[in-house]
Amino acid sequence: MTGASAPIIEVANLDKFYGDFHALKDVNLTVHQGEKMVICGPSGSGKSTLIRCFNGLEWHNSGRLVIDGVEVHEQSKDMRRLRQEVGMVFQQFNLFPHLTVLENLMIGPMKVRRQGRAQAEATARKYLDRVHIPEQADKYPAQLSGGQQQRVAIARSLCMETRIMLFDEPTSALDPEMINEVLDVMVELAQSGMTMVVVTHEMGFARKVADTMVFMEAGEIVEVSPPDTFFTNPSSERCRLFLDQILEH
Amino acid sequence: MSAPDLSGLKGQPLPQRPAFQRFLGSTAVSIAIYVAVMALIIYGSFTGAQNMGYNWQWHRVPQFLYSFTEDGFELGEIVYGLFATIQLSATAFALATVLGLLVALLRLSGLVMGTAVSIGFLELIRNIPLLVLLYLFYYVLGPIFGFDRYWASILTLAVFHSALISEIFRAGINAVPKGQWEAAKSIGMSTGQTYRYIILPQSVRFMLPPMTGEAVHLIKSSAIVSVIAVAELTTIGRNIISDTFMSFEIWFTVAAVYMVVTLILSVGVSYLERRYAVDQ
Ligand SMILES: Nc1ncnc2c1ncn2[C@@H]1O[C@H](COP(=O)(O)OP(=O)(O)O)[C@@H](O)[C@H]1O
Ligand SMILES: [Mg+2]
Repeated sequence: MTGASAPIIEVANLDKFYGDFHALKDVNLTVHQGEKMVICGPSGSGKSTLIRCFNGLEWHNSGRLVIDGVEVHEQSKDMRRLRQEVGMVFQQFNLFPHLTVLENLMIGPMKVRRQGRAQAEATARKYLDRVHIPEQADKYPAQLSGGQQQRVAIARSLCMETRIMLFDEPTSALDPEMINEVLDVMVELAQSGMTMVVVTHEMGFARKVADTMVFMEAGEIVEVSPPDTFFTNPSSERCRLFLDQILEH
Repeated sequence: MSAPDLSGLKGQPLPQRPAFQRFLGSTAVSIAIYVAVMALIIYGSFTGAQNMGYNWQWHRVPQFLYSFTEDGFELGEIVYGLFATIQLSATAFALATVLGLLVALLRLSGLVMGTAVSIGFLELIRNIPLLVLLYLFYYVLGPIFGFDRYWASILTLAVFHSALISEIFRAGINAVPKGQWEAAKSIGMSTGQTYRYIILPQSVRFMLPPMTGEAVHLIKSSAIVSVIAVAELTTIGRNIISDTFMSFEIWFTVAAVYMVVTLILSVGVSYLERRYAVDQ
């Protein structure tokens, strides 16, 4: 991708342990402003752990992590401000079930950003339009399909006017017929210039939007390359095997 | 609100219970058994009392519930006793809820000190009999801190029940999925905001039934404050008896009044629960 734009996420020699278990091993990575990075790798390879470090849902044990100029660590006073800049979309949607769709979108801007109701509602409706479900505003999450819920979750992050969006297997919990409606929204988001780090095995999506492909295994980054190299001629054998496996289906 | 995921529990149909148990479990039979047992108890106690030569005077009881004087309709002593009990219990319950929430939050704070303090408090309360706690508040803490018997009663009930209520809060808070915390954090909410706007509103659903049970429990245990002569339902019952010697009638009446109040509470809350469940 554009070597010209500034780095927005910088990861250097990052290590993460769960007790004795070494979950991330000496990870080095840079994401630039506007870059779309797709991370794949076998289950348990540390993909979630890595992106959860990016918004402070997990803390690394050593190494450096700088996001948007802010040094991320457990004692950082800037973490709450940073989380407002970094949105996260989860595999299980994690919408607030006791709030309507509109309230789900408004609660962050109102309580965290201290916006007025009118402004928060205008923003919420704007992003609900963007994810193509303006008519669902007054429903509760449980009344929506999985695909609709995930689009609401994306809108909820966008309402915070985030500068970076993290996706942790956003389509893995969806019925097959709903995957595309979510991916379409993500493609549109990519085209709008958002910086995105996406953990997914949807290789069609990756081919379409990724600037950089990352392959992880056993807590290590094994391969970082542009998609054309990644899919046709990956430098590591393990990556090749993994791609063969998932592309067969 | 999303229903708990029971998909894994489908499949096997429940085995039928044996015919005899099903017969005993049916509503009609339950009611019949209940009526028979109650009739036996009442018959037994009445004939027993008769044999003791007890002089039943039920006609003198209604005046303690209500009366018509030249000023018109008036409520009787027992009803005022009930009002006092309700006021006492409501105040104690409100305090117990606040205290219980604080103890639960302290316990869940993840701070070593917080956990230690809350566990110490729970163990202390759990291992002191309610009556002893009441004496402690009335005879020891009351004079030291200068509160009267009424506040000694309220504080005793509040502290005693806050221990149980804190466990209800803890269970209710833990019943909310971890993903809710993560979602709230990832839009930048503080811990306080997450509790207030995301976690507690969802815990209410889990807490309503056990909290009702606790309220009923508190109303019943409030009778104990009659030992330090705080004017409430049980104390007033006792006073009436010492004036009239109608101990059987008055105790039956007082018991019935407690039952009516706690039953209304239970029924009211289960109605609320259904309303609340339908809402989402
Ligand atoms: N909270 C945790 N405590 C202990 N081990 C964990 C925890 N979270 C993840 N792990 C372990 O860390 C490894 C990486 O997990 P994860 O990042 O979720 O992998 P991925 O997302 O690539 O499937 C796994 O072996 C997992 O069991
Ligand atoms: Mg994962």
